[in-house]
Amino acid sequence: MTPQEISDKLKAKFGDDILEVKIEGVIQPFVKISPGRIGDAAVFLRDDPDLQFDYLMCLSGVDYTKGILGVVYHIFSMPKRHTVILKAEVPADKPEIPSVTFVWPSANWHEREAYDLIGIVFKDHPDLRRILLPDDYPGHPLRKDFKVPEFYQGMKVPYD
Amino acid sequence: MEQLLRSLIDSDIFVYTVMAALPLLWILPYALFAVWLERKVSAHMQDRLGPMRVGGWHGWAQTIADILKLIQKEDIVPAAADKRLHFLAPFIVFVGSYAAYAAIPFSSAFIGSGINIGLFYIIAVSALVTVGILMAGWSSNNKWSLFGAMRSAAQIVSYEIPSTLALLTVVMLAGTLNLQEINRLQAGGLTNWFIFRKFPFVAIAFVISFVASLAETNRTPFDIPEAESELVAGYHTEYSGMKFALFFLAEYANMFAVSAISATLFLGGWRSPLKKLMSGPVWGAFWFISKGMFFVFVQMWLRWTLPRLRVDQLMYVSWKVLTPWAFACIFGVGLWMVL
Amino acid sequence: MIETQTAPIKTSTGRVLRPEEMVLNMGPQHPSTHGVLRLELVVDGEIVVDVIPHIGYLHRCFEKHAEHMTNYQQVIPYCDRMDYLASMNMDWAYALAVEKLLGLQVPDRVEYIRVIMAELQRIASHLIALGTYGLDVGAFTPFLFCFRDREGILDLFENTCGARLLYNYIWVGGLSHDLPSGFIDKARAFCRYFRPNIKELNDLLTYNEIFIKRTANVGVLPAEAAIAYGCSGPMLRGSGVDWDLRRDDPYSIYKKFQWQPQIGRGEMGTTGDCWDRYMVRVREMEQSLDIIEQALGGIPPGDVQSAVPRRIRPNAGDVYVRSESPRGEIGFYVISDGSATPYRVKARSPAFVNLSVCPEICKGYMIADVVAIVGSIDIVLGEVDR
Repeated sequence: MTPQEISDKLKAKFGDDILEVKIEGVIQPFVKISPGRIGDAAVFLRDDPDLQFDYLMCLSGVDYTKGILGVVYHIFSMPKRHTVILKAEVPADKPEIPSVTFVWPSANWHEREAYDLIGIVFKDHPDLRRILLPDDYPGHPLRKDFKVPEFYQGMKVPYD
Repeated sequence: MEQLLRSLIDSDIFVYTVMAALPLLWILPYALFAVWLERKVSAHMQDRLGPMRVGGWHGWAQTIADILKLIQKEDIVPAAADKRLHFLAPFIVFVGSYAAYAAIPFSSAFIGSGINIGLFYIIAVSALVTVGILMAGWSSNNKWSLFGAMRSAAQIVSYEIPSTLALLTVVMLAGTLNLQEINRLQAGGLTNWFIFRKFPFVAIAFVISFVASLAETNRTPFDIPEAESELVAGYHTEYSGMKFALFFLAEYANMFAVSAISATLFLGGWRSPLKKLMSGPVWGAFWFISKGMFFVFVQMWLRWTLPRLRVDQLMYVSWKVLTPWAFACIFGVGLWMVL
Repeated sequence: MIETQTAPIKTSTGRVLRPEEMVLNMGPQHPSTHGVLRLELVVDGEIVVDVIPHIGYLHRCFEKHAEHMTNYQQVIPYCDRMDYLASMNMDWAYALAVEKLLGLQVPDRVEYIRVIMAELQRIASHLIALGTYGLDVGAFTPFLFCFRDREGILDLFENTCGARLLYNYIWVGGLSHDLPSGFIDKARAFCRYFRPNIKELNDLLTYNEIFIKRTANVGVLPAEAAIAYGCSGPMLRGSGVDWDLRRDDPYSIYKKFQWQPQIGRGEMGTTGDCWDRYMVRVREMEQSLDIIEQALGGIPPGDVQSAVPRRIRPNAGDVYVRSESPRGEIGFYVISDGSATPYRVKARSPAFVNLSVCPEICKGYMIADVVAIVGSIDIVLGEVDR
């Protein structure tokens, strides 16, 4: 299916929750969806017989600055060989979004990494704890406004 | 040998001390040589060279250098380890391997103690090694060492059975447990060796005994107690310096002991393969040592070729493969002897 | 008097242990965890009841560094160091992403050389995977044979770009150096030398009875689980899924070559067991040799630096491009904000995703099997942690 057809199906199912569809003028077309409906959208994408999106390629957390964080989902269908890209934006002071681990188990560690580095909290995640950084690390380093702490556990951090 | 010593000084203590220390005179240079040989054999099998520099010709002094290094090392004992057991364990392991040498005939003129239950004594006393390994694993206060020790206990005890059963076939043929007697009965050249009698039962028993002896000495493919890639170093992880050297020495002494037993029981011990040619007390020692070293070489060869078995597969091989075959051999030999 | 524990013992995820269970730490320092990986095993005797992997010991902030580079080309040495055993593939994946962002077309000569280097790198990486896998299972000798053969490949790389492990060779828009004279003959000689060595490895390890007993029917990963968990590369193909990015989502000039993706069929046990994944890697090495020999025959002349842009300033936008590294699907999601510095570079590394399957396929097996399973996943902590 072409990106236009996929986004039409999504629009038909989710109506106003589809905030933006961009197909022309970008290298890879994407669909922007409101964060609360991500769980339903994931189930729909996986289970619909025309779509059959069963392979989550990548789940990235992004800091868009100006108080907005985002999650980008790159999803692929092995039987149908088509791709869809979903984007969701959440405010930085309350960055909550439903988890899609129950749909694609590969999202488990991707979401933990997004939580660890950017600070997005995934609701209903089975085991949301830090994955790459130590458990007691202060802050979320990949945010644009992150300042390296001066002391970590008594050790001076910037060593120059 | 005993008469010779008595003629020098007629004192029991002197004679027996010297007789007990003589195998040590063999083991120490042998261990030095065997460690160097293992490194060379493994190197050449892996398409590299091994020690080449220490001492000049192919690094023959490498082991001496290593021993000097190990003697100087700091002896680290984990803080929460059981100190007494931790200290005793390497000695017990070594004693278990060394005590077996008392009943092994090095030549027609020398056997530490020509007791009538020689073979039985050897099998019994070499089980002390298990106790030492358990002590080492438990006292290190380390879960991984404990795993190694538990696995080793299970392995050694299980493999005692097919090993003993296989050796029993020879005992049935010889009618005695005295190793010196068994050796004397194999006079008359190559064809009179026990491995070729009542063919193929004793030959199969030999293979079973050899495989079981690999398990007794914790060599690959049965080296899970010290499996380097799973347990770091298994039961001797927490040992350093001389204590580790003692474990090492015990392992090589054990290797030669089981090779010697195989050679004595199946391949004629100190008997020459050429009937009367090249035989005599000194030649006897030469033949015995050559046969022993050959089996040591085969053990090294197997170590560097085969992967290791998992612990349950190892138990399977012992109980469900080797033991029934050993019983079959005993049955076959017994039937042949009676009919 | 020995003190008894009165409070319940918990694992780091809060699971309370039953009395017969024990927590065993296959700690960051362990001979078989292929790097600094910590596996918290909950064991009942020798049977593993649960596995909790802890990663992050090698986290070197690749993504944060990428955002502070003054130039897109400067990110390439960081990509090398992600999966240091397959550096060419890492560089190429990033270069593909940025070239797509720029809409850049590289000359044919560059494409051919990139394919040759990537396939040589695939063989080198698989040799390490197979050698260390033998080491994990207890066979010491195949490790050295594999490393001896890998030296031939490293000599070729050193000849070309001066480095043996971290090349910084594939740049955005081209390559850092052209092929030296005599490279094609040396590469052909290597291919002739290496092909019989695969058979030697098979005789020594692959069809060895003990090795088969250790790896067949161990760590079975069914195909649906593999897809759901996002596995890729030999893990996915070992489970019987016929999926290879070089053929099914083609990039560069792979369409010009004749070769066959290898799939696990459960020859020695169940489809998707450790032996299948191992066998897929062995057979892939042969296929890579085929691709290299075909590519060596057709390298066109040209200049490898002609398309390298002086200043890289892509239009604002984002792109996700994936390619086939020896471990699986390596993807780079690059967001550009119109300036010369990347805005966000997210690396989707195959070993990271493949490792997440580990708790599922390790349950119910023994500790020795966990070593075999983790070895068959073929992880490199550099790319798991980035």
